Amino acid sequence: MPAGEKIKICQQCGTCTGSCPTSSMMDYGPREVIAAFRAGMIDKVVKSNTIWLCTSCYSCTVRCPAGIKITDLMYELKRLGIKYDLLPKDTRNPAMTRYFIDNVLKYGRNHEVGLMARFMLAKDWSMPFNFAGLGIKLFTSGRLPLLPKQIRGKEEIAKMTAYLDAQEAKLQ
Amino acid sequence: MRYLYYPGCSAESTGMAYDISTRALMEKLGVELVELDDWNCCGATSYFSVRELDSFAIAARNLAIAQQQGDEDLCVICNACYTTLAKTNRYMADSPHVREQVQGALKAVGRRYDGTKPVRHIMDVLVNDVGLEAISEKVARRLTGIKVAPYYGCQYSRPIGSFDDTEDPQTMDRFFEALGADVLTDFPAKLKCCGGMMMLTNATGAVRLCHEILKSAEDLGADVIVAACPLCEMNLEGYQPNVNKAYGTHFHIPVMYFTQLAGLALGIDPKQLAIDKQVVSCAPVLAAIPA
Repeated sequence: MPAGEKIKICQQCGTCTGSCPTSSMMDYGPREVIAAFRAGMIDKVVKSNTIWLCTSCYSCTVRCPAGIKITDLMYELKRLGIKYDLLPKDTRNPAMTRYFIDNVLKYGRNHEVGLMARFMLAKDWSMPFNFAGLGIKLFTSGRLPLLPKQIRGKEEIAKMTAYLDAQEAKLQ
Repeated sequence: MRYLYYPGCSAESTGMAYDISTRALMEKLGVELVELDDWNCCGATSYFSVRELDSFAIAARNLAIAQQQGDEDLCVICNACYTTLAKTNRYMADSPHVREQVQGALKAVGRRYDGTKPVRHIMDVLVNDVGLEAISEKVARRLTGIKVAPYYGCQYSRPIGSFDDTEDPQTMDRFFEALGADVLTDFPAKLKCCGGMMMLTNATGAVRLCHEILKSAEDLGADVIVAACPLCEMNLEGYQPNVNKAYGTHFHIPVMYFTQLAGLALGIDPKQLAIDKQVVSCAPVLAAIPA
């Protein structure tokens, strides 16, 4: 993570938490995440709902007086959670992330209908009932094509990630 | 005027009206859009959650194709695609490690990219290249009296901020003023997060965020909310019944891609702007535009 070392100069001012649209729903606000990170309590943070409620709005990042890229830090913690299987019990985001990536690996693009269908089947049976009206409207207006578009160079995506896997293995 | 054009995945499904109206609007303005050949998903926010370098590499495949395809700037309509692609350029410039790894990954698939292809948000192109005066001259139906709430969305100017302010963006306000609209320049929720992908993983939270935005627009008497991102547009428009159910409200506010409303002002037929694809009927807006 470029410029990741900047968390050392966090002054705990709380601008990030004050700017965060979802901090009131979080177990720990972004300021506390950085404090916990520096205190070596990473597992507690990673297992909280906090990082999975980050919507990537970048409000904290553009406001941080210490120039800490907090959104990037949230991504880093998401990666740690997925890598070491340290996930909060009720979060469905990692599954969504996985399915999204599977989609891109398979087709080269994200097929929204396929993504939503897989997510609903695996994680949220109530979704078709909550969003039935919307689904029907989108479908009838042609906004939900059933077939995915595929790119010619889709195997390039897997090749690039395989290259980066190998590079990472070399470094470790 | 000619640009390479990156529609993004949403343009092929839920956000197709953004793509359709963009093409119609740009044609009317005499701007040629050449679709990027065999473009792939930008990676959005999901790829960042697996490996940062993967996300930069797959975004960079598009930039490598763009560099090979032509000298024109790459024009992007979706806020999230725009940020992902522009961020890739910035991190490749700032970090030798990122640059080296991304270029290595591209080389593994026979591609090259030097990190310099300009990535431009469509609003940037409209305001700074086409120009507000030129656009204003082409207005066929001024949006007189239409109260427009410009909703920018998070990744319009954050974190990049290359063409507008990260805290108080103004370009969309100026754009609709040039079209004669009664722009709600003091719309306080114009940059508040709609929840993005959270609508699918934590609907309660996302509905709460959308409620704040819709309420803010309604309090100001907005006739229409205009959006510059397919995800924002979907959340604000499609989930109004869910917001109403959760908060006892009665929102029924038309939400349009900004390109649709601009197209109407330029006299383009509503069908060519895919206005019939909107979930909340835009009939009141269509009826209110002076002929």
